[in-house]
Amino acid sequence: MKLIFEKSQAGRRGGELPHYELPRAKVPDELRRETPPRLPELAEPEIVRHFTELSTRNFGIDTGFYPLGSCTMKYNPRVNERLAMLPGFRDLHPYQDEDASQGALELMWRLQEALIEVSGLHACSLQPAAGSQGELTGLMLMRAYFADRGEGEQRDTIITADTAHGTNPASVTMAGYKLAKVETDARGNVDVAHLREMADERTAGLMLTNPSTLGLFDEHIEEIATIFHEVGALLYYDGANLNAVCGISRPGDMGFDIVHINLHKTFSQPHGGGGPGGGPIVVRDKLEPFLPVPAVVRDGERFRLDHDRPKSIGKVRGFTGPFGVFVRSYAYIRSYGPRLREMSEVAVLNANYLLARLREAYDLPYDRLAMHEFVLSARSLKREHGITALDVAKRLMDYGFHPPTIYFPLVVPEALMIEPTETEAKETLDEFADAMLAIAREAADDPELLREAPHARPVKRLDEVLAAKRAIVQYGFDQHPDLSDARAEPRQLEAQKGA
Amino acid sequence: MLAAIGVSTVEELFRDIPAGVRFGRELDLGPPLSEQELSRHLEELAERNVDSSKELSFLGAGIYDHYVPAVVDTVLQRGELLTAYTPYQPEMSQGVLQAIFEYQTVICELTGMDVSNASGYDGTTVAADACYVAKHATGRTKVVVTEATNPQVRQVVKTYAPGFGLEVVQVPHRGGVTDPDELRRAATDAACVIFQQPNFFGCLEPAPDLAAAANDAEAIAVAHVDPISLGVLEAPGAYGCGMAIGEGQGAGNYQSFAGPHYGFLAARKEFIRRMPGRIVGETLDSAGERGFVLTLQTREQHIRREKATSNITTNQTLLALAGLVHLSWLGPQGLREVGETCMSLAAYAQSRLAEAGVESSFPERTTFKEFAVRTGRNAQDAIRSARERGVHPGYALGRDYQGFDDALLVAVTERRTPADIDRLVEALAP
Repeated sequence: MKLIFEKSQAGRRGGELPHYELPRAKVPDELRRETPPRLPELAEPEIVRHFTELSTRNFGIDTGFYPLGSCTMKYNPRVNERLAMLPGFRDLHPYQDEDASQGALELMWRLQEALIEVSGLHACSLQPAAGSQGELTGLMLMRAYFADRGEGEQRDTIITADTAHGTNPASVTMAGYKLAKVETDARGNVDVAHLREMADERTAGLMLTNPSTLGLFDEHIEEIATIFHEVGALLYYDGANLNAVCGISRPGDMGFDIVHINLHKTFSQPHGGGGPGGGPIVVRDKLEPFLPVPAVVRDGERFRLDHDRPKSIGKVRGFTGPFGVFVRSYAYIRSYGPRLREMSEVAVLNANYLLARLREAYDLPYDRLAMHEFVLSARSLKREHGITALDVAKRLMDYGFHPPTIYFPLVVPEALMIEPTETEAKETLDEFADAMLAIAREAADDPELLREAPHARPVKRLDEVLAAKRAIVQYGFDQHPDLSDARAEPRQLEAQKGA
Repeated sequence: MLAAIGVSTVEELFRDIPAGVRFGRELDLGPPLSEQELSRHLEELAERNVDSSKELSFLGAGIYDHYVPAVVDTVLQRGELLTAYTPYQPEMSQGVLQAIFEYQTVICELTGMDVSNASGYDGTTVAADACYVAKHATGRTKVVVTEATNPQVRQVVKTYAPGFGLEVVQVPHRGGVTDPDELRRAATDAACVIFQQPNFFGCLEPAPDLAAAANDAEAIAVAHVDPISLGVLEAPGAYGCGMAIGEGQGAGNYQSFAGPHYGFLAARKEFIRRMPGRIVGETLDSAGERGFVLTLQTREQHIRREKATSNITTNQTLLALAGLVHLSWLGPQGLREVGETCMSLAAYAQSRLAEAGVESSFPERTTFKEFAVRTGRNAQDAIRSARERGVHPGYALGRDYQGFDDALLVAVTERRTPADIDRLVEALAP
């Protein structure tokens, strides 16, 4: 379909603005813009049709099953959208006086209390805008905590698991720490013997996801916590997989000191095609003095912002965080209450049921009960039929499903990481399982069908190598490059070589 | 389902969890609420806030009450866009990917840059991102930020700096703007120089001179700009900046007590492989048709891990989409008109207030949609008494700047009318 710029007609516009009879303010010549930006020029009906057409070329949880492992793609209740748009929330300025924003402050305070209860820790900051920013904030807290104890120089290393999300090592570098990686053992747990060798007085902390990205609960979590606490280090919990254990096992009770929670995963903030999200952090009491400012606190019946935190790391985002996300996640938590436990139980039930239906047709690298997600491997399909995890993923699109996460975690070759969530009916799980089984048969009977998939999407399989090579990242208007020439290039080069 | 799994109870599914870390009671979260009960509860909370429909507001200082056209709400409610994850599988996600490509183009057009990422968290974190890019691009470990840059932006840069191994130097303002010579001296050995245009006081900086001062020291000039100003103010790319960043909220997003919004980060093409965050690129499918994918992913954390240019995964795509829709609705003519209207209304407010005895803090400066005034008393008192008349007159500058205890920062968007300004003058007049 055309880009919005290719539909543009000079002089057309979406809407009119009010005009006032006022003296015209003058921009000094050297600062005035002479060449207008080439924004689209369309009437409103064309704008609506353009974006409606774009939406038809997209797939959300509203469209269908979206078992993207580690992303917890659950249904997003619509009442939460309506509530976030209440004028008292939507049109509230963050510098409104505290006496005139008591409802917003109370909502944030209540959300903090709920997250404290779910995580089993003591103090919360809602400020981080995403899980990865929560990670970075957590590492900044470690740095501030050890500096305060006079161990800032000494403790320079963070340990992460080889199954960790890529954000963990990236955050470690951004926080100025050295990285060390602990291996996974044959049962899919952290290799405790290896961990024991690594942890020492130079260790600032461990970053761990539990259940891991393999969808497995670490059976040695108590021992791991003891190892770290004995050397004076801290434990960081990557909360990406919290949906497995709400009301069942709390990170604080497992021994973790800092937790981030992905509000767009466990607590149902719609992810909007890439964001927004929310990454609040919850910490043990000894880390509270270092949390970002301002803190949302309660004084009797009043709520206020506390800026007087002399040991605070500072600010990691503007104001107090993405408030609209808090409205949705708070509403979500209140709609469940203590039944969050059932939410997690059904998520785990659904995952294990799907696993049971698929285990004969795909390789299962770690044969254990899964938590909220599980990882299969397509390595036999690859060895026997030359069919990769990517081919399976693309073929699933033809059956009307969003593919699972593929090629992650890195320790599993040809990985297919499947997370159904609790909001899917058994019939949906069965339809998906039937499709996966059919694809495994197709791999044997008609592998070309899979290699050329998808067949039923608005585009065929896309060339990511070409995109990276040419790096066309904006529309070029009159000089927009023609990629069909680029594709001809290698052949021309070969022809030249031949000559 | 349990039989298929081979267990007899749901509890058995959790047998790998050691007994010592199991949670032994019910979560204390209050009883589950039905949709109606939930709505009542949140409506009560919302009712206790004084939003800008209940009070005439001149608050700005980084978050603005610009008009959001209805078409923005319409597009953002499309479930296929609202409820999608990051477009890892491009054939499922052409809608979002094309929208981001169009957004990147709009940001490049506004800023005069070659490449934009798919958005950052907000206008503060993109400044920290820019410092990280600059550090690696120049090998230098100092960054310069003008004091007339939004205090929250400066605070976030300072919070990130120790981890990045950066020293942060601030350059004071002189009568509401930055002195290019002073900036030039500070920029020696700096990786980048960040300044805001219009600056936090609403004043127009001598931006081309500031960029030149940075470039003289071979530091990257980074302009923190207001998208709503870029129909009337020159694009940073046209006056020598290497990067342009900013808070996108004013384009397409409600105030929403500060979020979620989007930050934008755009750069000249030499920095493309150092950019943080998602970038969408054009490609072809196997049939030779145009399509879009996440590209240059070897910069990113899921590929490069500890060597990545950033840890960002979740960004603010939906809010950036809102920006694209709003800016498409305005078009180039509409964007210029919004800028001119804000500027004229603000100038009118400034002169009306001066006539009434409320003088500008920096009367000799040209301002855009915001300006600072001296109220002649403690600004908090001025706010309190104005609010008794149903007007929130602005932000107390003394919170961030010494010697400004009587000063208010007043923001005037196109949503305010000349009659609203009359009410502001009445509420603030001594």
